[in-house]
Amino acid sequence: MTDKKTAQEIMLEHVKQKGIKTAFDRTASMAPCPIGSAGSCCKICNMGPCRLNPKKPDEGTGICGATASTISARNFARMVAAGAASHCDHGRAVAHTFLLTARGEVSGYQIKDVKKLHSLAAVYGIETSNRTKEQIAEALALAIIEEFGAHDSKLNMPKRAPQPRQELWNKLNVWPRSIDREVVDLMSRTVMGTDQDDRNIYMASARCALANGWGGSMIATELQDILFGTPVPTRGKVNLGVIKKDEVNIIVHGHEPLLSEMIVIASKDKALVELAKSKGAKGITIAGVCCTANELLMRHGIPVAGNFSQQELVLATGAVEAMVVDVQCLMQALTEMAACYHTKIITTSPKAKITGAIHMEFDEHSALATAKEIVKTAIENYPRRGETCIPQEDTELVCGFSHETINYMLGGSFRGSYRPLNDNIMNGRILGVVGVVGCEVPSLNSNQAHYDLITELIANNILVVQSGCSALGSARNGLLLPETAIKLAGKGLAEVCQTVGIPPVLHAGACVDNSRILVAAAAMVQEGGLGKDISDLPVAGACPTWMSEKAIAIGMYFVASGVFTVFGPRLQTMGSKKFEKLLCEDSEQIFKGRWGVSDNPKAMAQMIIDHINNKREKLGINKAKERVLYDMAMRRDLKIE
Amino acid sequence: MSKLIASAAIRGAHKIVNRAEKSWNEALKKYGPDQKVEFPNTGYFLPVIFAMTGIEVKTLKDCQPVIEECKRLLPPVPEKQHWLPFLGVTLDAGMATLWADEIIEALKYIKDCPYAIQENCPEEGNFWLGAADDVIMRKRGIEFVDGTAPGFAACVGAAPTVEQAVKLARELQEKNLYVFMSADTHGKTMADQLRQAKVQMGWETRLVPFGKDVTSTVFALGFAARAAMAFGGVKPGDFKRTLLYNKNRIFAFALALGEIDDEKYAQAAGAINYGFPAIAETDIPEILPTGVCTYEHVVSRVKVEDMVSKAVEVRGLKIQIHKVPIPVSFGPAFEGERIRKEDMQVEFGGTKTPAFEVVFTKDLNQVEDNKIEVIGPEIDDMKEGGAYPLGIVVEVAGRQMSSDYEPIFERWVHTFINEASGIFHMGQRDINMVRINKEAKQKGFKIKHLGTILHAKFHADFGAIVDKVQVRIYTNEKDVLAWRDKARATYKTRDERLGSMTDESVEMFYSCALCQSFAPTHICVVTPERSGLCGSYNWLDCKAAFQMNPTGPNQPVPKLDVLDPAKGVWKSVNDFVFASSRKSIEKACAYSIMDSPMTSCGCFECISAILPLANGIMTVNREYADMTPCGMKFSTLAGTVGGGLQVPGFVGHSRIYIGSKKFLLAEGGLARLTWAPKALKEAIKPLIEKRGKEMGVPDLYDKIADETTATTEEEVLAHMQKTNHPALTMPSLIG
Repeated sequence: MTDKKTAQEIMLEHVKQKGIKTAFDRTASMAPCPIGSAGSCCKICNMGPCRLNPKKPDEGTGICGATASTISARNFARMVAAGAASHCDHGRAVAHTFLLTARGEVSGYQIKDVKKLHSLAAVYGIETSNRTKEQIAEALALAIIEEFGAHDSKLNMPKRAPQPRQELWNKLNVWPRSIDREVVDLMSRTVMGTDQDDRNIYMASARCALANGWGGSMIATELQDILFGTPVPTRGKVNLGVIKKDEVNIIVHGHEPLLSEMIVIASKDKALVELAKSKGAKGITIAGVCCTANELLMRHGIPVAGNFSQQELVLATGAVEAMVVDVQCLMQALTEMAACYHTKIITTSPKAKITGAIHMEFDEHSALATAKEIVKTAIENYPRRGETCIPQEDTELVCGFSHETINYMLGGSFRGSYRPLNDNIMNGRILGVVGVVGCEVPSLNSNQAHYDLITELIANNILVVQSGCSALGSARNGLLLPETAIKLAGKGLAEVCQTVGIPPVLHAGACVDNSRILVAAAAMVQEGGLGKDISDLPVAGACPTWMSEKAIAIGMYFVASGVFTVFGPRLQTMGSKKFEKLLCEDSEQIFKGRWGVSDNPKAMAQMIIDHINNKREKLGINKAKERVLYDMAMRRDLKIE
Repeated sequence: MSKLIASAAIRGAHKIVNRAEKSWNEALKKYGPDQKVEFPNTGYFLPVIFAMTGIEVKTLKDCQPVIEECKRLLPPVPEKQHWLPFLGVTLDAGMATLWADEIIEALKYIKDCPYAIQENCPEEGNFWLGAADDVIMRKRGIEFVDGTAPGFAACVGAAPTVEQAVKLARELQEKNLYVFMSADTHGKTMADQLRQAKVQMGWETRLVPFGKDVTSTVFALGFAARAAMAFGGVKPGDFKRTLLYNKNRIFAFALALGEIDDEKYAQAAGAINYGFPAIAETDIPEILPTGVCTYEHVVSRVKVEDMVSKAVEVRGLKIQIHKVPIPVSFGPAFEGERIRKEDMQVEFGGTKTPAFEVVFTKDLNQVEDNKIEVIGPEIDDMKEGGAYPLGIVVEVAGRQMSSDYEPIFERWVHTFINEASGIFHMGQRDINMVRINKEAKQKGFKIKHLGTILHAKFHADFGAIVDKVQVRIYTNEKDVLAWRDKARATYKTRDERLGSMTDESVEMFYSCALCQSFAPTHICVVTPERSGLCGSYNWLDCKAAFQMNPTGPNQPVPKLDVLDPAKGVWKSVNDFVFASSRKSIEKACAYSIMDSPMTSCGCFECISAILPLANGIMTVNREYADMTPCGMKFSTLAGTVGGGLQVPGFVGHSRIYIGSKKFLLAEGGLARLTWAPKALKEAIKPLIEKRGKEMGVPDLYDKIADETTATTEEEVLAHMQKTNHPALTMPSLIG
């Protein structure tokens, strides 16, 4: 990071001059509620709401006698339920579109990745021989849709986890039954006077989270890959500079790529491009914000204007004709900001309307037509554009690191595998792998926290896999470029990066794509040499500045999958030391994975490094080993599978 | 992959694929799409292409999809800045290079072939050998299976000087590695350098010059791919197993001599797919992280004199060499050296002088270990070019030693003496012959050293059986003649004892699972009257091997509960086979071709197949490259029978088994044999005549057709009718 003013700083000064308030200002003036942030506010009934003193953890109870631990656990559980619900609903929407595509009932969509279709069909036990891809897809779609509402079944995707992990889930009775059921279960048990045992609530939270990570989220990711293509290494650009001064700028924002994929297609429509030119624009630019941006970036290299925290600043450029939003992480302030300019905010989801926005509803059956209509609306808005302020900053990045990409890039079409990754972890060139995920919040420290954590990790030879807005922040900082390896990574990691040609920080996708990290972790176990379960791997998760409830659900499925996961700056659980102990200590005995909390990136990095070193010691790979030379008998024992 | 190497390899791959496409287009214009395209005598087509894709390139038009696929695999050269991951795409480019190499090389065979199509290099003129045929591949491939050859060194380019080239070759030979040579450095080649120094090249000495063109490097990888298919039971198209098989079994590596251009980098990228790393002499970037190869991928700045030891370390190869204290090089690679008359210092035996070699078992107190005596003149007392008598008497003692093992030891005398560079040995017992060349004498080789070799090697290879070894070498005629009589008496008693040994006379058979790492469902059951199908292991060998290594690949197989004496079926043997074939073979008949015949790994000396029309069988040896009456060449038959499959009507076996009383006993024995190649027939003529007499068909030899009398099944039948072959009146083979 340099001393030069960032695009964000330029924009913040610009809006300040204009007297417009943003989330950055509101953050500065809004102190967090001390009781809420400790998780000690219980408002699930109307006897209270009860507030326990966060300064005296575990002292006192609510009117009904609920302890701080129960209240914290219930609040925590409801965040997990809400977070899981949102990602799973994303999965449901994709599954629905997938079914319609298979049946040929919608235009614009197609089955693009047949290989992946087959591999997923195998997971679901769908017959593939003598069937067309559409027939396979239809059977798969129906099986998947069934998983949302099945009464007493077991999800299929968790079968992709290592065997010991599956056995543990069975033993703990946390193997998710169906996706919706686990969300409902968690909501119902946290209603007044139901589950009042913190551990029992925690276990149900884990099951609901697993229904997300190894269920709804994974379904969303995998089906999107089949529909829109599995990401491959791609170059892209990030930051406000991607907004074009002389083109019609359409910003897509939110999480679901179902409509935005169609907008990309529509923006290339000759008639619409001509229309844009007739209005005096040189062309049409699509740029993304938040995870819709990640989805389009990973698959098409569509530029990214900003992440969650910068959504208002994107509009403040005055150069956005339309911002098209779908679901999740949309600030209501968008309409107020848009009102200062000619910008139109267009909501598209029936479950995500914003007062003051135009609503143009997305329906799979007419997706492309709606997309064209939206693009046309934006074009026609172009002549109304007033004065603009576009900071000329954009940074290049390399992304597209899906599980399939990792497998391919380490050995090509013929020798693709995780072997080189595992090997170099075993020989110590790479210390371990950390998934850094989550959000950037509208505070100047948020991006810095990510930067400090990640640079510390890579300097210590830890390969970082990122997703969501967290990844976009790193992209802005130039960390997603292969040159970073030479500049900032430790010697061993740099050697591996230079061998493979990768950055030391790999962008794996949107926040829903954290499921890719689970698949990758399972693949590392399967490759061999690093233990039998995800919990044996020298890996960790980190979410330095979480914002959405989705992050809590993600953290929970990481932990329940056996990953040590550190959140910052706090979890909303401080009101009960007992519950925090359950999360940060006892959880290790239950899941062989636990939560960690730190508000200091360097300290967070150290916690992770210590954890990874500990795992390496247990695996017996903490010391350099003498080179094994193979004689004939030893070679005969080597597997050739 | 460093970016510099990746960029060079990708550029090189583009050049080679372009070249292949251009040559192919020219050939198409000249010869048309149906022109045959092949390497000589192989059932594996263009082997790298076949192993990786399953595509059988037989004609020019078959090359088209391969070229298309090559082009699809070729990536752009990595960008200067913000490059995308390049390791995977570079390896793909490497594979495209190998396929393009094969097309370029195969086109050379159409006209004006630049290669001498034979096993060993002609002594004069063009010495480039090109692709090895299947006979060579099977013969040599077994050495990779049993570990005699731990791997190969693909030497690309030329060493800085002739002396360095010779030293490098010798060092690799001493480590038992095959040396595959290709490509040039500014017009010079390593093979040229060896030729200049008059080093004998060819498969026999493991110094194999493939070709001067960089594309001929692919012959090394084609050999490796065929080894996986022939011995590893890997199916064509199963690229992953082919490559992993090579990574974990064939410990090969590339030595890049001199400057490395783009095309050579492209070959290296292809080789890395196989797990074969590259060791370079020049200052190029290194690729040290591991994963695709076992250890490093590219190591550079290694001096030529340090290359072999570095390569062995990088490849992760443990080579156990028991140093034999003699003044000349020693190892299997020198076994095939010939000694020409003008290079000969002195010779023994043959038709010129009496000679013999014999091994006796003694009590421990009668043998003084490492006592080596020469009784008679030493080499310094012999005239240059002279012929002298020679008697080699080896006396061994050991707590585990048994006189049963004497013939095994004796058989190894030939191999061990031959492995000394400059010493040539032929024959056995009292028909042996030894030559020592001038160079060996100059280096200080004495007659005594023949004893030194036998002492060292018997201890090294049979240490578990032998405790003491002493050797007496007679070079005066009187002693030689006297001891030859004693030796002859021993041969006689031994033959009688061995000849009387039958499957019924022993209580135990032995298994051989040596090839199981290659053909996982195959298990050999070796009986006194049915030796191992490779011809290398008879019942006694297996018994001795079990003694030496009780947990090794040769295990006793109890012989209990005869289920069918004619077919050779025992319940205990079936149980053993089932358990050791990963539960895939439930029943194995030792003496039948039609009912549950024994499986084969891929090492068989011969294959027998039924000829339904003739109501008999034909037997073909692996050296026979032409079409056989069953409509398949040996290479095709080998694909049908090998890999641990049980295919009724086909069976792989040794040559010696043909003369056994138990040879296809269930179907009527040797009298069923209706056709065999002439060379095989002649080689086992005494066996056929002996068995013929025993079976009441004294002229069986003449009734068996060969390629001079029949090449189709119909012709075989005609020959049978003409000679009144016994199979004509035997029960029907089928049903």
